[in-house]
Amino acid sequence: MNWADTAVLITGASRGLGFALARELGLRGARLALVAPHAARLQAAAERLAEEGIGAHTIRADVGEKEAIHRIVGQAQALVGPLDVLVHNASTLGPLPLAPLLDTECEELTRALDVNLTGPFRLTRAVAAGMIVRGRGLVVHVSSDAAVEAYPSWGAYSVSKAALDHLSRIWAAELAGTGVRVLSVDPGEMDTDMHRDALPDADPSTLESPRVVAARLVRIFEDPVRFPSGARIAASAADEPLAHVARTHASGEEARS
Amino acid sequence: MSADRDTRLLLIDTAGDRLAESEVSALPELLDARDLLVVNDAATLPASLFGLTARGEPLEVRLLEGPYEATTRAVLFGRGDHRIPTEHRPKPPQLAVGDAVHVGPDRLEVVAVSPRSPRLVELAWPRTRAARFALLYRAGRPVQYSYVPEPLALWDVQTSFASRPWAVEMPSAARPLRGALLLALARRGIGIARLTHAAGLSATGDPTLDAALPLPERYDIPAETVRAIDDARARGGRIVAVGTSVVRALEDCVAATGALRAGERMAELVLDAHTRPRIASGLLTGIHVPGESHYRLLSAFARADTLARASVLALREGYRLHEFGDAALLLPRIVDAARNAA
Repeated sequence: MNWADTAVLITGASRGLGFALARELGLRGARLALVAPHAARLQAAAERLAEEGIGAHTIRADVGEKEAIHRIVGQAQALVGPLDVLVHNASTLGPLPLAPLLDTECEELTRALDVNLTGPFRLTRAVAAGMIVRGRGLVVHVSSDAAVEAYPSWGAYSVSKAALDHLSRIWAAELAGTGVRVLSVDPGEMDTDMHRDALPDADPSTLESPRVVAARLVRIFEDPVRFPSGARIAASAADEPLAHVARTHASGEEARS
Repeated sequence: MSADRDTRLLLIDTAGDRLAESEVSALPELLDARDLLVVNDAATLPASLFGLTARGEPLEVRLLEGPYEATTRAVLFGRGDHRIPTEHRPKPPQLAVGDAVHVGPDRLEVVAVSPRSPRLVELAWPRTRAARFALLYRAGRPVQYSYVPEPLALWDVQTSFASRPWAVEMPSAARPLRGALLLALARRGIGIARLTHAAGLSATGDPTLDAALPLPERYDIPAETVRAIDDARARGGRIVAVGTSVVRALEDCVAATGALRAGERMAELVLDAHTRPRIASGLLTGIHVPGESHYRLLSAFARADTLARASVLALREGYRLHEFGDAALLLPRIVDAARNAA
């Protein structure tokens, strides 16, 4: 991919993995539209990028709100041009501190689905047909191993991520042959604010740095042969030998046949 | 405003001067795999802002262009809203250079008033492009239509493939080209290429300005679209423009520069019966009737008596005429294609 000729929208871009990914792609020359709900944090993120010579446009919006979607997409494409890459990175954990389903309010589940599932669906829907007409595009869903494993107290987040994985596979099946590639990536456990919110007592030395994970994601984005549309990929696969990788995303291929 | 039923498609054969009826969903069968559709991928801006003068008088500002630069041209409308037909709206308060329109906490200062009409002004916006678009997307709404009483949301006025927000009114001819139809066209091998054209206001409320419509409009033709058009012509395919804005961009480019060239320009050309289109073989458009500016453009493709018969048929058969209505396909030999497909 020629990143200097690429317009990228990243949600949840003011911190954690979203910020690290903005930095990686910005260093490679991508035009960046960064979305996050908190104006001050977003501004601070843009200033930190500017210190490294990276220009980025910021759009303050909450992807969980229906009214926000076309405002985001309109502003982004006014500022960086037709979108080539869409990274659905924004997430909410649901109840905090994490709580069993017995103590999860209906509104907390709905909110997790709005931000983690319906928002990405709406954003992709507003952008994907343009990608089809241009014959190219990449849509990335940031997932979690909570999408696969049934961890107690992660219910709202888990079901939203499980559905997000399937949303990714269905987009990939429907857009096969159009030049639009759709991926789901599991970044693994990272040393981020979100991880501290979920597990305040975790030992940071056991967690990956978002920078390292972001660099892996870029290698995944750049390799459609090893990581084809429809695949669900553990970010660590970017560092693994080829044979193992082929086995990991066989399930993505099956979903499309 | 979803497409609640299949959009009807009136076929106007511009070679045989014949008419037939079909549906938009039949397009993949009606067209040939060598053909190329060219669409306008401009997204529609929330180009209508409601504000107050310093004296507290309400007015509506309709932008003529997105705030890409620090000043934009705009047309002012008086109190009331779209439920009053444009020609019956009260006149806006007279603004002079230095006056301002207050939109929420923001202030747009008048930096010029047109000698052609006191309604046509130039407004100064905040300094950065990001701040200007943030203001517009926070406060603006799509331009509304008197025949749609419920307010249209931003998503109601977007085509499926809307990308850069350049249009102040929806390039509505592409509205029926939704996801399943795009995929069906692609499966049949029918190419889809794009350009971006800043479709302008359809009415200004001032007869002097209305007579000058369409005003010059910006367009951008990508290099890959020039190549796709050249390839389609080389293989004997037809170039089907989706919407009058696409015709205007393609034909203006050729008229102004002598060839189809990639890049940005302002469309000055106004097509009529005397224009011989050099790129577009025909077009997919809404249902237009005599008296509309779009109808005049159709006469560049079809004989006057054929268009008149098409209007009579459309009205008699209850075709929906407006931006959210039915469609017409003007193309040589299209009626035979429909017979063969059926």
